[in-house]
Amino acid sequence: MAEIKEEKLEKYLTPVRKILERYEKKEHYLIPVLQEAQEEYGYLPEEVLKEVASGLDLSLSQVYGVVTFYSQFHQEPRGKNIIRVCMGTACHVRGGDKVLEALKDELNVDSGETTEDLKFTLESVACVGACGLAPVMMVNDNTHGRLTPEKIPEILAKYS
Amino acid sequence: MKETIYRSHVLVCTGTGCVSSGSKNIKMALEDELAAKDLSDEIKIVETGCHGFCEKGPIMIVYPEGVFYCQVESEDVAEIVEEHLLKGRIVDRLLFKEPFTEENIPSYSDIDFYKKQKRIVLANCGRIDPEDINEYIALGGYEAVGKALTKMTPQEVIDEVKKAGLRGRGGGGFPTGLKWQFARNSDSEKKYVICNADEGDPGAFMDRSLLEGDPHRVIEGMMTAAYAIGADEGYVYVRAEYPLAIRRLEKAIKQAEEYGLLGEDIFGSGFNFKLHIKKGAGAFVCGEETALMASIEGKRGMPRPRPPYPAVSGLWGKPTNINNVETLGNIPYIIKEGSEAFSSIGTEGSKGTKVFALTGKINNTGLVEVPMGTTLREVIFDIGGGLQEGKKYKAVQTGGPSGGCIPEEYLDLPIDYDSLLEVGAMMGSGGMVVMDEGTCMVDVARFFLNFTQSESCGKCTPCREGTKRMLEILNRICEGEGEEGDIELLEDLGQHIKDTALCGLGQTAPNPVLSTIHYFRNEYEAHIYENKCPAGVCKELAAAYVIDESSCVGCGQCVKVCPVDAISGKPKETYVIDAETCISCGACADRCPVDAISQG
Ligand SMILES: Cc1cc2nc3c(=O)[nH]c(=O)nc-3n(C[C@H](O)[C@H](O)[C@H](O)COP(=O)(O)O)c2cc1C
Ligand code: SF4
Ligand code: SF4
Ligand code: FES
Ligand code: FES
Repeated sequence: MAEIKEEKLEKYLTPVRKILERYEKKEHYLIPVLQEAQEEYGYLPEEVLKEVASGLDLSLSQVYGVVTFYSQFHQEPRGKNIIRVCMGTACHVRGGDKVLEALKDELNVDSGETTEDLKFTLESVACVGACGLAPVMMVNDNTHGRLTPEKIPEILAKYS
Repeated sequence: MKETIYRSHVLVCTGTGCVSSGSKNIKMALEDELAAKDLSDEIKIVETGCHGFCEKGPIMIVYPEGVFYCQVESEDVAEIVEEHLLKGRIVDRLLFKEPFTEENIPSYSDIDFYKKQKRIVLANCGRIDPEDINEYIALGGYEAVGKALTKMTPQEVIDEVKKAGLRGRGGGGFPTGLKWQFARNSDSEKKYVICNADEGDPGAFMDRSLLEGDPHRVIEGMMTAAYAIGADEGYVYVRAEYPLAIRRLEKAIKQAEEYGLLGEDIFGSGFNFKLHIKKGAGAFVCGEETALMASIEGKRGMPRPRPPYPAVSGLWGKPTNINNVETLGNIPYIIKEGSEAFSSIGTEGSKGTKVFALTGKINNTGLVEVPMGTTLREVIFDIGGGLQEGKKYKAVQTGGPSGGCIPEEYLDLPIDYDSLLEVGAMMGSGGMVVMDEGTCMVDVARFFLNFTQSESCGKCTPCREGTKRMLEILNRICEGEGEEGDIELLEDLGQHIKDTALCGLGQTAPNPVLSTIHYFRNEYEAHIYENKCPAGVCKELAAAYVIDESSCVGCGQCVKVCPVDAISGKPKETYVIDAETCISCGACADRCPVDAISQG
């Protein structure tokens, strides 16, 4: 039993090891390594963080310190599609919160949560730099602007 | 090889704004249409960066005439090709309409939005293909750094920047030449330059547009800075929320390397320069220079006390010069055109231009670059086209979470670093959010404080605890639980945080609150003493809606949208709203076809 688990873990860790191979053992590669690992795994599980720590010769607490500091890093599994609703100034003034409400209703989750089918994670961010199109949201790397609550279902349909 | 000469160039904007409005499809449709009509050899399609007018996107400009088409859709492409490109007839219905005169304006340069601008930093944005270094070079790109490296000593470069009077565009407004001098004077084998592209101010997007629309200009500015201070390595720290900017910058760096513009012995001058990109990881405080450097080093991005300043001990303890994207974007112009050309623009204490992100309740939202000293009225009414739906101006918020709100009485204020500070606001990075009578100033203050409070890194107590206290009070006021003394308490707390916080985030966090109290104290008082939100924004304080009997046509539309079933009545008769049940959401008023519903 333990051996099989070991084998599985080995396989599971192959991608992060590949990432680590491309970097020197230096502290300043920690953030880029974590960014790449998160892209690969979708989030940063404990096993991966341990591997990163030993791979870069850092203590695990140092790695945790960085992971918890930056809002971009996540320790829980996330949805296939990441929705970032802008709550920046321009979007706030033009009704961004109504868009967020519509998304919460449509997906039945709160901000920061992931749908049960793991299709969507809903987050709010402060300004994605497309203020001219306020209110705005990003789904993965795509920006959707001039939103109204009515447009939400149609946009979500494109991603499911 | 002979270069093909095209009779027309069609510029299609593929900045973030226009892409999200569908410009990629337009480009494809155009390619197909040109191929079908056998025009591909005569007409060239150029993908450009942002024109600053994203709201009217997707934007397309046809040269040589300079005809400006906006809100183009794929279905319009065939008509543009047939009418304009084949028959030479402008497609009127796709031209820009001025908000008040409703006049159709064919040419780019005649639109009010552009007419009053002066584009130095954004000169190439929207005019060239940012992914092609040759287009930048064709417009004189890399000439400035060539001149610096081959004809000027580093000290001469610094003197030129000093004489130009350029001040940092990242918020602080520190004289750039002087900053370079400090870094130059620090004795060290190894030095760094950093470009701050963290752009955290919610409501600002000038750095993004510049990086997406003209990345080589920023690289050229960094090279010049590196030569001046004696650095051979640089970092651009970009927000991860800007994927397109990162991609274009990566491409630009690669092309510059291939052309020998980055690397070793550049222009045969013996100057070496290597440039890296660092992606941010989502923390506003990392825009602060010492936090940013900690982040590049792979640590938690927390500010540290200064001195020592980065010019003495920066990245990995080495002398480091850090500048904002827009600051660096000014450098090629200063070196090429000379400091006098630059310093002839602007006011006594603030030279050159400033890019503003004009947003909020205004007709023309977008990026505008104007000479320092332009008045708020010119920017908001002449360029911005005034307020939406003819509403009344209330205030403009400048400087983002560190800034303040400026009321109507100061509309004729010439904008520069010092004048904005005098009225309790701030230049900041250049966000300008216009607010109308429907904006609640207490809610605005709460919005910004909520932002700074959640972005406080927590290192020092005044910022961490103080902003939390202030936010609690503001929340109470907005919920109708405000008490006598709250306003004074906010003022005291705000002053205390300003005086004792460690970094700029905390030191400026109270500004939006203090400035709204200063100019709109009556709104705070109305919330606290009269239990009223004059703008009707704060839900708990908002009055119920009422239906005007004489106008109601009995269509029953309102009943369908009311989320709490507060409306009753029969079709064709008059409907009534139960004031007790109504939560003042306004949904019914939005829906009513005859405007019979208003807030009581
Ligand atoms: C909380 C905080 C956030 C900041 N964010 C930014 C930013 O996003 N971009 C920027 O250029 N400067 C930012 N700054 C200012 C930088 O610390 C620094 O002064 C600036 O990059 C210097 O460049 P400049 O002299 O060219 O303006 C921020 C400062 C603070 C205190
Ligand atoms: S002022 Fe705020 S953000 Fe700045 S160091 Fe202190 S706690 Fe951190
Ligand atoms: S304002 Fe909202 S809650 Fe009140 S009656 Fe209209 S729809 Fe119903
Ligand atoms: S405020 Fe929403 S994109 Fe800038
Ligand atoms: S992205 Fe096209 S005008 Fe801004």
